[in-house]
Amino acid sequence: MKSVKTQKKVFITVDVLLILMMVLPIVAGIVLKVLTTPPSEGVSISGAMVFFSIPMPFQDLLITESQINSFLVLISIFGLCLYMTHGIKVKAETRRQRIAEWIVEKVEGMVNESMGDYFKGYAPFIAAIMALSAFSSLLSLFGLYPPTSDLNIVAGWAILVFVLITYYKLKSGPLKYLKGFFEPVPFLAPMNLIGEFATPLSMSFRHYGNVLSGTVISTLLASALQGLSHMILGWLPGALSNIPIFQIGIPAVLSIYFDVFSGCLQAYIFAMLTMMYVSGGFSYDDYLLRKQKRQQKRMAKNKKSKTKNNLEVV
Amino acid sequence: MLELAVGIILGCCALGAGVAMIAGIGPGIGEGNAVAKACEAIGRQPECKGSVTSTMLMGCAVAETTGLYALVIAILLIFVAPNMLVNILLGVIG
Repeated sequence: MKSVKTQKKVFITVDVLLILMMVLPIVAGIVLKVLTTPPSEGVSISGAMVFFSIPMPFQDLLITESQINSFLVLISIFGLCLYMTHGIKVKAETRRQRIAEWIVEKVEGMVNESMGDYFKGYAPFIAAIMALSAFSSLLSLFGLYPPTSDLNIVAGWAILVFVLITYYKLKSGPLKYLKGFFEPVPFLAPMNLIGEFATPLSMSFRHYGNVLSGTVISTLLASALQGLSHMILGWLPGALSNIPIFQIGIPAVLSIYFDVFSGCLQAYIFAMLTMMYVSGGFSYDDYLLRKQKRQQKRMAKNKKSKTKNNLEVV
Repeated sequence: MLELAVGIILGCCALGAGVAMIAGIGPGIGEGNAVAKACEAIGRQPECKGSVTSTMLMGCAVAETTGLYALVIAILLIFVAPNMLVNILLGVIG
């Protein structure tokens, strides 16, 4: 009886620790932001703040706000995943397990639908990229700098996707991949090459531009509303002239669109495009053909060596 | 003379940013077309509203890309280019 009680206690303590793991990074980010932001007057639109730089051979490695924030998001998501799967059982009893199962099923269904059977194992990767992108964009709800509005972070993901695309294109035949550049007419090769590199470029610019434009527009609107309320209430004496009547509520409506809707939509689109490009660059039939050919070659080689061995024995 | 040069740089950067954003017309028309067709499709077949909507959002996001290219150029012209160009100018003058 006692052991059951202690088990329950341990379970609850681990739960609390995991929740702290989810919440603490964001709190740490807010504290860091409050401590390091220099006091400024009016509105300012600036990039990520550089905390310090590490000297490197070619160029100094800058540790910026966006890197720190993206690592905070990583830790937070890790905590969330551990919390969702804590105390998991074969038959779903808790609500969080049901939610986790729903997420996994949804993502697996999505991957199966748009990538096909061969890419079944891609569900965790797609879910990870989606969660990272969505939570990074949602970080702006806490007043932190969203890492996705820094081109470097998104370009890193896009380069990862580009490597995957190229890998799967090479997997279905390197010669076919090279030949693809000279189609339909050979002199279009430079255009095809540019088109190949335009994929990660457009992916990163799309994501980054959407999040950044939201930030810029909401900052501009906030400054405009500040000016408007100052214009109307400016004649009042003392602190009364600084009442932000127009800044209550109106920016929140825009925030719902730019931060919540746009951030989640961009995450979905990034994941969707990843799936489409990766599965589009790979043709299963060619891969099978290539595999068969290779196997036949290996068999022929083995036969040859066997006959040689036999001859030697004889 | 230096003031005039810096003024021309700043003015032309702002002008360039404005001209770059003309590209916003394209995605506007394209997305409007996409949404109109999606509305038609939903009107014709209300039962496939979900898939039509998700496909439309996807297409809209892809069509938005050219507009975002223009936005990136405009932001570069407003926030990055003036500093850089003025520094180049000062470097040339010495």
